Amino acid sequence: MYFPLYRPAGRRHCFPPMSWNRRHLLTIEELSVAEIGLIHTTAAAFKKILARGEKSFSALRGKTIVNLFLEPSTRTRLAFEMAARRLSADVIAFDAASSSTTKGETLRDTAQNIRALGADMIILRHAAAGSPLYLSRLLDIPVINAGDGAHEHPTQGLLDTFTMQEHLGSLRGRKVVILGDILFSRVARSNIHALTKLGAVVTIVGPSTLVPPWFTALGVTVSHDLRSALADAEVVMLLRIQHERQMAGMFPSLGEYTGMFGLNKTRAGWLKPGALIMHPGPINRGVEIDSELADGANSVILEQVTNGIVVRMAVLHLCAGGQPEDVITAA
Amino acid sequence: MSNLWITNARVIDPAAQRDGAGGIFIRDGKLVASLSAAQKKRARKIDARGLVACPGLVDIHVHFREPGQTHKETIATGSHCAAAGGFTTVVCMPNTVPPADNAGTIQYINDAAERGAVVRVYPTGCITVGMKGQALAPFGSLKRAGVVAITDDGDCVQSNELMRRALEYAKMFDLPIMDHCQDAAMTVGAVMNEGVMSTRLGLRGWPHAAEDIIVARNVILSECTGAHVHLQHITSRFSVDIIRRAKARGVRVTAEATPHHLALTEDALAGYDTNFKMNPPLRTEADRRALIAGLRDGTLDIIATDHAPHTPDEKDREFDHAPNGIIGLETALAVSLDVLVRRSRFKLPTVVDLLTRKAADILKLPAGTLAPGAAADVCLFDPEEKWTYNAKAGCSKSINSPWHGQSLTGRVKTTIVGGRVVFAGGKIVAEGR
Repeated sequence: MYFPLYRPAGRRHCFPPMSWNRRHLLTIEELSVAEIGLIHTTAAAFKKILARGEKSFSALRGKTIVNLFLEPSTRTRLAFEMAARRLSADVIAFDAASSSTTKGETLRDTAQNIRALGADMIILRHAAAGSPLYLSRLLDIPVINAGDGAHEHPTQGLLDTFTMQEHLGSLRGRKVVILGDILFSRVARSNIHALTKLGAVVTIVGPSTLVPPWFTALGVTVSHDLRSALADAEVVMLLRIQHERQMAGMFPSLGEYTGMFGLNKTRAGWLKPGALIMHPGPINRGVEIDSELADGANSVILEQVTNGIVVRMAVLHLCAGGQPEDVITAA
Repeated sequence: MSNLWITNARVIDPAAQRDGAGGIFIRDGKLVASLSAAQKKRARKIDARGLVACPGLVDIHVHFREPGQTHKETIATGSHCAAAGGFTTVVCMPNTVPPADNAGTIQYINDAAERGAVVRVYPTGCITVGMKGQALAPFGSLKRAGVVAITDDGDCVQSNELMRRALEYAKMFDLPIMDHCQDAAMTVGAVMNEGVMSTRLGLRGWPHAAEDIIVARNVILSECTGAHVHLQHITSRFSVDIIRRAKARGVRVTAEATPHHLALTEDALAGYDTNFKMNPPLRTEADRRALIAGLRDGTLDIIATDHAPHTPDEKDREFDHAPNGIIGLETALAVSLDVLVRRSRFKLPTVVDLLTRKAADILKLPAGTLAPGAAADVCLFDPEEKWTYNAKAGCSKSINSPWHGQSLTGRVKTTIVGGRVVFAGGKIVAEGR
């Protein structure tokens, strides 16, 4: 496939050829390559300005953003909050535990109440796939998907590809391996969509119960052999292995998982030298990855977290009606 | 009771292999071969020019939610949906609140039908007490109370031992067991077909194997016990194959397909619209085609709607949290005509047969025929009329239809139950029987 609109994020003075005209960010699957490029370009501009020591922007001054997190989350929620504050927005956190949702209020009512209180944007984390789409049809304010069930986590996919591009430039033809619990992972799905759109060659690997063959329809290679999957890969992205999956009979034990698919120093040696090691967190040290790799020279795990701020600033800025030029000109 | 004379219709009566222009005569609620000249003069005439006249349609799989969930539907409103869809005989599933697992509840249903229904409503009783899958319900007293079949529809008896005993015991009463084929452990939390679409949408998948395994189990137990098992809402091509082989060996199984599984696939779920969420779920195009092939060669015996009302408040939720089911009585004929006659080149009488005589025969119901002496249950429909279905203007208390707002071809014009016109001119024109 040929994507004439694509510009590597590294060449950020190259103005994107189109403007942003989405109000919501619900999935990466629905984004064009150009739209992904716009977000990355805007994020890169924010990053450049932040690097100069500027801490805040006035883009969203006077706007109220509600972090509607109906499922536990730490880093995504903090990153969104940080991003919103950098843009001078007022941020209100809404917890599942302390809210009326525990009293049986529906998502529709909760969201409409938040809208009635004057919120200008909702960032939604929800255990049910498709709920951001549902909310976007109910409300006239932007809805940002911060993770919906096993469906998508678009800002994670955007920040991961942003981080990869910072190190590798264009991802066209780059071999990327996603390793772990793919079946239940929204991070995997968003990365698969982002990476395949950007031209990367993606292999997903893990136990056959957690990496079903259906995924080939999304344009990736399915593998259960770690060694051949890792061979010559330029990026390996690990996903958290959850104990609950073991309980559900998806694999026999964490020990067996680690024995077959845990990333250790020997196995990291199968990668292309200097390959990036990524993880969206939270990490199970000693299960899916050894500490020495997670903290090692090739790990960009903390860069992912840092880049999560600027990518989310870009998303908030664009979905609130801003354009990339507003930031690029300042950068 | 006045006499009725339906003229100028294309009369289709599959039981008599009749398909041709003619009239239908009704005297005192029964079909008769003809009326005398004097009777004709006084009879109410219905000019059915351009219409098909066929036996009133029969649906052996509906949920009328009474007792217990009358905010979704009642036996009266459900019967209005039936009449509006050309159905004159329906069979209610027992997953009410409380479940119809005892003669008292069956009596309640019969009384409610007697008071409020404009079509013939037959009850079914549960296989197990409380539909819990643990202890057999009293089939004997259920039968005395009037049930025409035994089923835990909505749930599936997981214990093979209990199912075996249920079949043995039901056979003694000559009661068919209708089974909703679903392995529970394989479908925990499942909300749609397992496959490419569930992978894309991040929704928990319901593998067709969970249906196939229970279909095979039921075939084996039917063969062992000699009891009649009716396999409800078959969706998977593998299940169709199992049933085809079983029938070739003479096993006493019958099976149904719903209009929605014949017409739609999992691709309809792309927008997480809960009006496409039902159990069993919509499957793939290959499955859909296998169902049509199954109906064509008789592997699948009939069409049944699984009319399952849920209110807008209940359906208007996150996909994971919305209840399963869609309404279907008012659209079943049009959708069946579209899928089978127009798109799959079935003959019109064949489709009428699937919706009338064959459906009645499964449960030995006195329906599905225009033979003289039979109750005058008749459906008049225009097979070519184009109309737009508006669920909100329909007869159901609920509007959970995937065809809301869609243009359909083929419309019921008049429904007659026992010689009484109950639906005509687009509205219900009778009160309870």
